[in-house]
Amino acid sequence: MSKIAALTQWIDDRFPLTSNWKSHLSEYYAPKNFNFWYYFGSLALLVLVIQILSGIFLTMHYKPDASQAFASVEYIMRDVPSGWLVRYIHSTGASMFFVVVYLHMMRGLLYGSFRKPRELVWIFGMLIYLCLMAEAFFGYLLPWGQMSYWGAQVIVNLFSAVPFIGEELSVWIRGDYVVSDATLNRFFAFHVIAIPLVLLGLVAAHIIALHEVGSNNPDGIEIKKKKDPKTGIPLDGIAFHPYYTVKDIVGVVVFLMVFSIIIFFMPEVGGYFLEYNNFIPADPLKTPPHIAPVWYFTPYYAMLRAVPAMLGSQFPGVIVMGLGVMVFFLLPWLDRGKVKSIRYRGPKYKVWLTLFVISFVILAWLGMNPTDFLGKFPGSTLEMATFLARVFTVVYFAFFILMPWYTATDKEKPEPERVTG
Amino acid sequence: MTIMRSVRRLAAVLVFVAPTAAFAAGGHVALDTAPIDQHDVASLQRGARNFVNYCLNCHSAQYMRYNRLADLGLTDQQIKDNLMFASDKVGDPMTIAMKAKDAKQWFGAQPPDLSVIARSRGADWLYTYLRTYYRDESRPTGWNNIAFPDVGMPHVLWELQGLQDLEAAKHGAEGEHGGHAAPKLTLTQAGSMTPKQYDAFVADLVNYLVYMGEPARLQRAQIGILTLLFLGVLFVFAYLLKKEYWKDVH
Repeated sequence: MSKIAALTQWIDDRFPLTSNWKSHLSEYYAPKNFNFWYYFGSLALLVLVIQILSGIFLTMHYKPDASQAFASVEYIMRDVPSGWLVRYIHSTGASMFFVVVYLHMMRGLLYGSFRKPRELVWIFGMLIYLCLMAEAFFGYLLPWGQMSYWGAQVIVNLFSAVPFIGEELSVWIRGDYVVSDATLNRFFAFHVIAIPLVLLGLVAAHIIALHEVGSNNPDGIEIKKKKDPKTGIPLDGIAFHPYYTVKDIVGVVVFLMVFSIIIFFMPEVGGYFLEYNNFIPADPLKTPPHIAPVWYFTPYYAMLRAVPAMLGSQFPGVIVMGLGVMVFFLLPWLDRGKVKSIRYRGPKYKVWLTLFVISFVILAWLGMNPTDFLGKFPGSTLEMATFLARVFTVVYFAFFILMPWYTATDKEKPEPERVTG
Repeated sequence: MTIMRSVRRLAAVLVFVAPTAAFAAGGHVALDTAPIDQHDVASLQRGARNFVNYCLNCHSAQYMRYNRLADLGLTDQQIKDNLMFASDKVGDPMTIAMKAKDAKQWFGAQPPDLSVIARSRGADWLYTYLRTYYRDESRPTGWNNIAFPDVGMPHVLWELQGLQDLEAAKHGAEGEHGGHAAPKLTLTQAGSMTPKQYDAFVADLVNYLVYMGEPARLQRAQIGILTLLFLGVLFVFAYLLKKEYWKDVH
């Protein structure tokens, strides 16, 4: 026995190294027909690692103190060697995390990856998405710029719309009557340890659940149904390692090119990744004329503003916004289609999915702008942007609510026996 | 068919709305494009001189250290001799002697720190703002500005630019036609510089402010090119590796 083999044996007697390597990599059989959409899972993992590593270095120099936070970020940008690079990696990583996660979720909608037996994979994924939103929200306060401050103010104020306990609740969250040093400190704690811990656990659960049931594929059929009778390996399956590891490396390199172009040549991305107003230090006495969240929250922000106040309370809007996120959890049980993949779905699902994507994009665009930016309808007090936000909020929810009916009655095509292409 | 109809209606809304959006996004004032060049070291040096001479008395740039100006090809001694009036250690940040409380009393508001002003306002806005001051007796300072209406700062550079008046006739033209007739400024009293010289002076200053907003800017572009070259080579190898392995997948 060679020394390496002896060492491996020594470890295996004490820890399931080889068996885990096999079950998750070298003998985890993934469908051979993954396409472009299947890069974003591994890329999300890559961005998670990038965020944790760059975050650790930022934490070494950042000061979670209302009187020093803004200055410490500029200190990182100017005086810390390569600090500007680490900071841009982290700020770009935040937005790119949402880019890859939204594309990853889109893949699920296209190929029915949330369907039985992958309900828990989907639910763990949705919980990751919720954590990601919390992580992004808490993190955005830390630079202590005007948008950090007033964005946090607006979001925390949403909790004060909760009937009866709202005021106390929002004070409890902030630790003060306004967003202040106390708020910054607790948001820092949530951002650097509380949420990341939960996030890592959920990512592990997401992958364990996935490897239990096996990956879906662009044809939406189960490769485990057709196995080689001798080896028990799915006929359309290939070992994740080396086939998908080498393929994902190509995806990683292309992704890093896009990432580098942003970091080195356009770190603000026209004010979408780093908002211009966030280069003004937080001023509790000066409300900016227009407060907009970062792009990845704007679809939900548009929904919030679209719902009119009822009985003098903004609570209905808060509920709609919350449901806008939560409704994804129900997808596995709303879909009554017989086939999973868009390739074999009928026209109804295709049209609804298109409408849903259009709604999401338009709501995102509306959420970035003030509600009066399109003007008012002639002879009316109704703002055009508010009207559009209402229409597309309804379409957004109709995609989910009507799903049991349009998927059950859709004219689907028969699925193939084996994966194609 | 109802679906097709709603799709068509949706398309109609989009076609109708999109041009309005582009129009609305234009903002209130048409900004002049700042003719700046971050690679023009001479311009950056002149801008630094303009900045310490005219701005750094009321405005601080507390996140910028004097010796960082080595980026602009200046030695510590040159910086000390030519650009430092308020401090004598080149490692010091560009702070000012004026106290925040006094500033508030004198100007109504504390003049903002200018370290990252170019990042929040943008070069074009700064370039337009510093050139669109005009006399306005209704203001406490006697000055007003097109890009920054009812600005608190008086026109510190008036001796260079001269006096400008707002052409009153245009006031009426605006109104419900949305007459975006750009307000016109006329030079009523020449300054020590010609308009062309003054524009160049402001351009140098704005060029410097952009540099000061992010001193790592030039460096990051250089590293970026090297990084992309490296990734380009890595891509070739990664792609060939993938192709080699996938030969046996059918």
